[in-house]
Amino acid sequence: MSGVNTAFDQEQFQRAFLAAIYQAEQAHTGSGVELVQQLRAQPGFNVYRNTVLKASVDALAANYPSVVQLVGLDWFRAVALIHVSQTPPENVCLIEYGEQFADFLRHFEGAAELPYLADVAVLDRDWTECHIAADTIALDAAQLAALAPQDLLTRVLQPAAAVRWHWSPTQPAYSIWQAQRGGAAVQDDLVWQGEGALLSRVEGQVIWQPASLGMCHFLDACVAGDDLQSAAARAMGVEPALDVAQLLSSLIQAQVFAG
Amino acid sequence: MQTNLGAGLSLKPQHFGEAVQYRAGQMWFEVHPENYLMAGGPRLAWLEAVRNQHQLSLHGVSLSLAGAAAPDQQHLQRLANLIDRVQPALISEHLAWSTLDGHYFPDLLPMPRTNAVLDRVAANIAQTQDTLKRRIAIENPSHYLQMAQHDWSETDFLTELTRRTGCGLLLDVNNVYVSAHNLGYDAVAYLDALPATAIDEIHLAGHSEDHDADARLLIDSHDAAVAPAVWQLYRHLIGRIGPRPTLIERDDKIPAFGELLAEREQAQQILTASGAEQCLA
Repeated sequence: MSGVNTAFDQEQFQRAFLAAIYQAEQAHTGSGVELVQQLRAQPGFNVYRNTVLKASVDALAANYPSVVQLVGLDWFRAVALIHVSQTPPENVCLIEYGEQFADFLRHFEGAAELPYLADVAVLDRDWTECHIAADTIALDAAQLAALAPQDLLTRVLQPAAAVRWHWSPTQPAYSIWQAQRGGAAVQDDLVWQGEGALLSRVEGQVIWQPASLGMCHFLDACVAGDDLQSAAARAMGVEPALDVAQLLSSLIQAQVFAG
Repeated sequence: MQTNLGAGLSLKPQHFGEAVQYRAGQMWFEVHPENYLMAGGPRLAWLEAVRNQHQLSLHGVSLSLAGAAAPDQQHLQRLANLIDRVQPALISEHLAWSTLDGHYFPDLLPMPRTNAVLDRVAANIAQTQDTLKRRIAIENPSHYLQMAQHDWSETDFLTELTRRTGCGLLLDVNNVYVSAHNLGYDAVAYLDALPATAIDEIHLAGHSEDHDADARLLIDSHDAAVAPAVWQLYRHLIGRIGPRPTLIERDDKIPAFGELLAEREQAQQILTASGAEQCLA
């Protein structure tokens, strides 16, 4: 029990151990670095390397199931490994890992032939964020119906925590994504144009529907604190034919607003 | 420990429904709290539904108690909130590290057991117990590396931690078997060296052989049934210390719920027989 290791630097050891796992350059020297040099020469070191990398890749695969289905598990794991090495998890809750994965795919040259992939990844991420968001009480249609017309127009509607929407300007990402989620093939008659998606949570289940550009602008305006009248004006600015009453009704039905 | 826990199972999402329905005295379930620290949603609701029928154990994998840094206060607070919500019978963590500089490295990484590290781990456990206002049990990890730098044997190190902090021990018998094989020590002597009164919980799991290395390492893979040699060590341990809450741990290649129940029943029978023996003695 003698204190022979009083000079041992615990944090330096951790840093060197991780550098060895990610096979990164290790600039420093010292007792912790020397110990890691001994350890990485043993076959057992690979057990740690494999586990850290595999657990991170597994977490990405679990969080991005539609991307996995589109590209196949082998391609996904190879590409995820690059992301995992560049951007290890920041949160110990691995269901929250992958916040930057869609952006990574958007700039990853190897995915250039699949221009919709990053937007599909955004929708996978949106699904997760809806799944784990705080529980809130949904706005009831009767609450709005009880308002006088002037009060209704000046009412600010707040989207619930478990709601996400995404407009993909040039790719039919929603059609491709929802086909993967439903386990179906993408339809042959897919029209190659921009699309939006709305995800919300009803009785614990994440549900989704197509979102028009007007709907996305309407919801953006609600988040910015616009009242109903001005949010509707913003939406009709990009989609003049928008039926605002119909829009409001479908959003309330999907429990998009907090009560 | 004033609990009436017998043998329990790792709770997996695919078994939520069956777990809620299942009825048996002394059954309990264990989860990684990291999978339930979200703000809301169906997973928490599922966990609460299971909790309404069964006792729970929260088995953490990410507090990084053997790291140089103090436990993350925000994480501890989220853990405290979950504890408030599900009132677990048992709370445990590992003698390992997994975080550094705001990143999480999902494994239970090793640390030399030096005097300075002992001070650090003891302080980290004390801080955790103070924040959670609960005793936690510390689990022995699996080992794959020889380190000449240890000042302490693992059993002495763990015993000293219980003495300094009042923490308990979670003795993973499969980890003892795997580590004894990989590092070349005597598993029975290891089990016998730990103080019986400190052992709050026991883990049993399956392991596999490493195909990548020539070293014939055993890997703590949690993807198979408990091995016969591990059952033998378990019987030896229970013979010495008496019954303890015992978990059948399975994290990969998850079989049908019924298959896990059969394995759990095997542990329960050993516990019941030991309990009866103690009554007669």
